[in-house]
Amino acid sequence: MIQARIRKQFAPGVESAGFSLDVEFQAAAGITVLFGPSGAGKTLTLESIAGFVRPDEGRILLDDQILFDGAARVHLAPKARRCGYVFQNYALFPHMTLRKNLEFGAERIPRLERHRKVNELLEKFHLSDVSGRRPHELSGGQKQRCSIARALIGSPRVLLLDEPAQGLDAPLRFELYAMLRQVRQEFEIPVLLVTHDFEECLELADEMIVVREGRVVQSGAPRKVFEQPANVDVARLMGLYNLLPVEIRALDPGRNVSRLRYEDFELSGPYFPGRLIGDRVWLCIRPDLLSVAPRNGRPGMNQMPATLLRIVERPDRMRLQFAGDIAVEVDRREFEKFGGVKEWVVEFPQIGLRILG
Amino acid sequence: MPIDWFPLWLSLRVAAISTVLALGFGLWLAWVLANRQFRGKEILDAAVSLPLVLPPTVLGYYLLVLLGRSSPVGRLYEWMFGGPLVFSWQAAVVAALFHSTPLLVKSARAAFESIDRSYERAARNLGASEARLFLRVTLPLARRSILAAAALAFARSLGDFGVTLMIAGNIPGRTQTVALAIYDAVEAGKGATARVLVLIISIVALVVLSLANRLTTNPYGPRQTAL
Repeated sequence: MIQARIRKQFAPGVESAGFSLDVEFQAAAGITVLFGPSGAGKTLTLESIAGFVRPDEGRILLDDQILFDGAARVHLAPKARRCGYVFQNYALFPHMTLRKNLEFGAERIPRLERHRKVNELLEKFHLSDVSGRRPHELSGGQKQRCSIARALIGSPRVLLLDEPAQGLDAPLRFELYAMLRQVRQEFEIPVLLVTHDFEECLELADEMIVVREGRVVQSGAPRKVFEQPANVDVARLMGLYNLLPVEIRALDPGRNVSRLRYEDFELSGPYFPGRLIGDRVWLCIRPDLLSVAPRNGRPGMNQMPATLLRIVERPDRMRLQFAGDIAVEVDRREFEKFGGVKEWVVEFPQIGLRILG
Repeated sequence: MPIDWFPLWLSLRVAAISTVLALGFGLWLAWVLANRQFRGKEILDAAVSLPLVLPPTVLGYYLLVLLGRSSPVGRLYEWMFGGPLVFSWQAAVVAALFHSTPLLVKSARAAFESIDRSYERAARNLGASEARLFLRVTLPLARRSILAAAALAFARSLGDFGVTLMIAGNIPGRTQTVALAIYDAVEAGKGATARVLVLIISIVALVVLSLANRLTTNPYGPRQTAL
């Protein structure tokens, strides 16, 4: 279990804007993903936990040990923290073989035990055959595996990974995900992983923490964050939603309806408690909840005439990009049924419309 | 015509000893300059480079004052070793040391600074003490650049004239290094001796420098040349 409250200020410099990090979270055993855009402070958070940078204030607790306490002036050296760290560039020592790289992290373990443990990890990560090679003689996947094995050799109490899938092609990424799931199962320690890829979150995270501009904006199970983004920023970060600026024109709690205006189109939705007429909010809707139909005659209720800009083919679905920043995902067969249509309407469901303030 | 080979041997010996001493002190200094932040770092950095730009006579004068028989350092040396430091071949080592250390510090510092920070972080993260980090990670990664720097320092040590003249003197058979011997030979009209020594010292320097350049082709880092 790791509990962290980290504050750090960077004054604006000649070529850099200032930055302030102020995050608070905890992570239990399992995979916790720190999700956010680059420059949000995710890596800085990991580096504070590992002790590479010293926060200005706050407190970092790992199990029952204080790693950092601003008020009590405790700041353990990185070597005393037992935090496994997987670097973005792996940081495998280039002048050592894989085996030596692993042994470097195990020098406190008695010799016989060390040998056994190194072998065990080499085997677990399918590196036994190449253990005598140096990093530059290895494939990307092998380096990746070795960097994780090395981070685990000292029996760390938390594993920190900084964008581990960055720059890996799809097969290697899936191999990495499988390996991390295996680590989750076998090591029962908190795994803290930094990424800006929401797919990765869905793939791995037991819990996710959304970080933006140095603050935690939402946390919880990825499913929950995905279905109920706390605000428009979170929804935008996931990159999975249509976000349309709308104005509330009418609210009727009695009949449970509302009217929303988007540009010069009105659509009806459910009643939104706690909102007022005239509020400008974001309509947030997943592309797969919208549907399309050829336009013929007067558009019906919640059917918005729209110009199709382009089609992106996905393996099983088509993603249709309409003017006005609206994306619709439809089943391939359903779409092909309409063949050759030029004029479209996008149909919004009446229930399931959600707004974010 | 017999040639006195003593100056050549003396020069090689002085250069070798001063290179070893420069490595010890210079590597530490380079590491401090590359890794530590402290007040007066700029001044220390400038002071290290000073011998590169000061006239040899100025440097020699400082050393005479600092190491002379009436100075505390000079008296301590005399008390420990039973003879004065100035005007001995050991003084020539000191002269060479002051001439070569700045070069070594500059190259070694650049080598240390060119090492990716994440290796050091990884080593600390894996539980390494600062000493183990230095010996097992930093030094091996910078090894070739440091050897190249040492070769440069050696070549530089061979070539000192002014400082050696001022603090070690020009005593044939005792403190006369090859640079001084060449000067004497030319002054005395011994053209043949001068030519032989000039040729030998040029070849030695050329070999050492090309070795340095070969070494700076660092397998782990971007390609650089020593000079």
